[in-house]
Amino acid sequence: MEDSFLKTALVFLASAVLFVPIAKKLGMGSVLGYLVAGIIIGPFVFGFIGEEGDDIMHVAEFGVVMMLFIIGLELDPREFWKMRKTIVGLGTLQMGITAVVVGTLGYLFLDFSHSVSVAVALALAMSSTAIVLQTLKEKGISKTAGGEASFSVLLFQDIMVIPILAILPIIAGPGNHEAGTGHSLMGDYPGWMQTLMVLGAVAFVFVAGKYIVVPLLRIISKTKLREMFTATALLLVIAVAYLMEVVGLSPALGTFLAGVVLANSEFRHELESDLEPFKGLLLGLFFVGVGASINFSLITNEPALIFSIVPILMLVKGIALYITGKIFKLKMDQNILFIILLSQVGEFAFVLFAFSHQLRLIDNYWTEVFMACTALSMVVTPLLLLLNERLIDPYFGTKESLVNDRDADKIDEHHSVILAGFGHFGSTIGRFLRANGIHATILDNDSDRVDLLRKMGFKVYYGDATRLDLLKSAGAENARLLIAAIDSPETNKELIQIVRKHFPNLEIMARARNRYDAYELIDMGVKDFYRETLYTSVHMAIDVLRKMGMRNYTATRKGMEFIRYDEEALEKLSKHRHEMKDYIINVKEQIEMQEKLLSEDLHASLTTDDHAWDSDSMRKL
Amino acid sequence: MNKVLILFAHPLFEKSRIHQALVKAIPNSPNITFRDLYELYPDFNVNIKAEKKMLLEHDIIIWQHPVYWYSVPPLLKQWIDMVLEFGWAYGPGGDALSGKKIFNVISAGGQQAVYSPGGRNRFTIRQFLAPLEQTATLCKMHYLAPFVVHGTHLLTKEQIVEYTSRYRELLIKLVENPVPVESLSEAAYMNDYVDLTK
Repeated sequence: MEDSFLKTALVFLASAVLFVPIAKKLGMGSVLGYLVAGIIIGPFVFGFIGEEGDDIMHVAEFGVVMMLFIIGLELDPREFWKMRKTIVGLGTLQMGITAVVVGTLGYLFLDFSHSVSVAVALALAMSSTAIVLQTLKEKGISKTAGGEASFSVLLFQDIMVIPILAILPIIAGPGNHEAGTGHSLMGDYPGWMQTLMVLGAVAFVFVAGKYIVVPLLRIISKTKLREMFTATALLLVIAVAYLMEVVGLSPALGTFLAGVVLANSEFRHELESDLEPFKGLLLGLFFVGVGASINFSLITNEPALIFSIVPILMLVKGIALYITGKIFKLKMDQNILFIILLSQVGEFAFVLFAFSHQLRLIDNYWTEVFMACTALSMVVTPLLLLLNERLIDPYFGTKESLVNDRDADKIDEHHSVILAGFGHFGSTIGRFLRANGIHATILDNDSDRVDLLRKMGFKVYYGDATRLDLLKSAGAENARLLIAAIDSPETNKELIQIVRKHFPNLEIMARARNRYDAYELIDMGVKDFYRETLYTSVHMAIDVLRKMGMRNYTATRKGMEFIRYDEEALEKLSKHRHEMKDYIINVKEQIEMQEKLLSEDLHASLTTDDHAWDSDSMRKL
Repeated sequence: MNKVLILFAHPLFEKSRIHQALVKAIPNSPNITFRDLYELYPDFNVNIKAEKKMLLEHDIIIWQHPVYWYSVPPLLKQWIDMVLEFGWAYGPGGDALSGKKIFNVISAGGQQAVYSPGGRNRFTIRQFLAPLEQTATLCKMHYLAPFVVHGTHLLTKEQIVEYTSRYRELLIKLVENPVPVESLSEAAYMNDYVDLTK
């Protein structure tokens, strides 16, 4: 009986909606919820999804593909360069120690040949980027020492998959590829040729990303249709994934590379926020798929083997991580977090095992066994984390506080100020800030301007600043200041409302067109607002006085005094405005306000306020 | 109980070791008000009304600043020019500040020996401060001896600690005790008014 797509979707979504909140409620994190949901609906419990589980895994693997694209996008090359020593150092140590020990164990006790040992060891050295990143994000520990170390290792592993995939055909030797399943273009070529093709595909992604995709995105963005942009983003990811599949490479890696290529483009934030919901959902689906694909019949047939491999494997990985963490001077509580986070075998192991199997490097039986072990280790991780959180971690006094971790230095400098709107007003601010060494994250939705300014060396991102997801990816959660300088007062106010609601700790400095704008900003609780029509007009009026014969310094002092007076009057009149029943200011009320303002001026007697350097009053005596 | 107002003027506070330490040492007390003039008036547009109100609310006024070219930084001079108005601070009916105590807390690059008739600067610190002393006197205030930090370029950490704890003790003592106007007017420096050994 063939299940309809609707029924499958129903089962998947219903199980996720049911189990994920339960898991969250029990403090286990969403990953475990998805995995349990997968096990429950899988062929070995209820069998809601059965043989077609494989197909679903294919769709769900796309979540991993998207995740890697977004990781690639988020990799700021400068940031990456700063972290290079940590990434390479931590990663080499972790992978090296794990692979050597696992390979030796396999060679000695499981009677693997040299080449099989190497392939198995490399695959098992991988950890799960999907699980760890999701966990880091959910628990808010990305910025702890343990979290950052984990991210570095994962990044290294993700990058290392490329050379590993390139090396495997060579390890497999010339005799094996002929028997390959041949559903990729590559299977028919000798090992060196395959390696060359892998490198060629990688080079193609780099060149095409820069010279085809970015110009295409520019054209699409000019249509100003948001869904077109989303469609293009999806098309991009799918096209890269397809290309990689055709040449027999991991789609996840291809998209990771594509992400890195596009990380430097102005569309980074836009792409990120467009793909984020797809990524989340598909990643959830991926975890459900992992749960569903656990081969319980194999486990019940070979309980001794499986249940000794999983703990030994995790122990070996844990010890390798412990040594790595010790060398990099992680504190004990952070090191334990680091160990538990990375002790599982990751999704790339599925890819590597499948590839090795396809190369006839690893036989059917062992592929099945290791895939089951991988899935089991993924299930164990959230449980271990829970155990750590409840029982182990509270014993450490060295607990790193996230609050202290966010020192001024720690905050990425160019993310501490967000400048929304880079028109004539905003660009002046941006130039002045840059001249003084403050590099604001700039958001603007005019792609021509974005392009030009990027050529001038500004860091400008293309996008609609009133979108919550865009603000988030621009770092609104950690930024110190938001400058609302958008040309349209309405959009500007919309932005301020969104920011006040979702990022109450982000300080807002706002551009106001005129005093009525300013009144509304006062009502919204904005304290720092700057009227376009105040400072320029007063400066002009000062020059008028000068041309009428007043000394420049006196005219300037009068002007500054007037600005101060006018700002005080604005506060006062804003309260008066509240006494009026209707908040909508019509023309009649505007005139009423103007009248009040002018009569206020008369009372203020602006010219008699100070007597500095004035000897007239002394002479009168 | 005296209320102390510190009027602080430093155009490059962020680079001054000694003034950062001194300002940090100011006790957190409801009886002490600290006003950073360069922070308040970067455009030199001193708010006369607000400054007058501040003066009226305090008994002891301190001008804290570095000595530049044997004088006060320009904003402090601007403050004096604008706030101490005729008919309010001095002249007929100008009694607003009458009876208040005022003195300088200053830092100078040269050592004390340099500020003497035989030294390179030929005059003593108190002689250089004469215009301020006379300004205070014209406003019917009691001008007291200055608290002076000498040789600011060569201060060791220990010396800075010594000066700052002295300053802190001085402020506490001024708040809590009646001021011996006579002896403090005549002293060369205010520095020894507190005895740190006690």
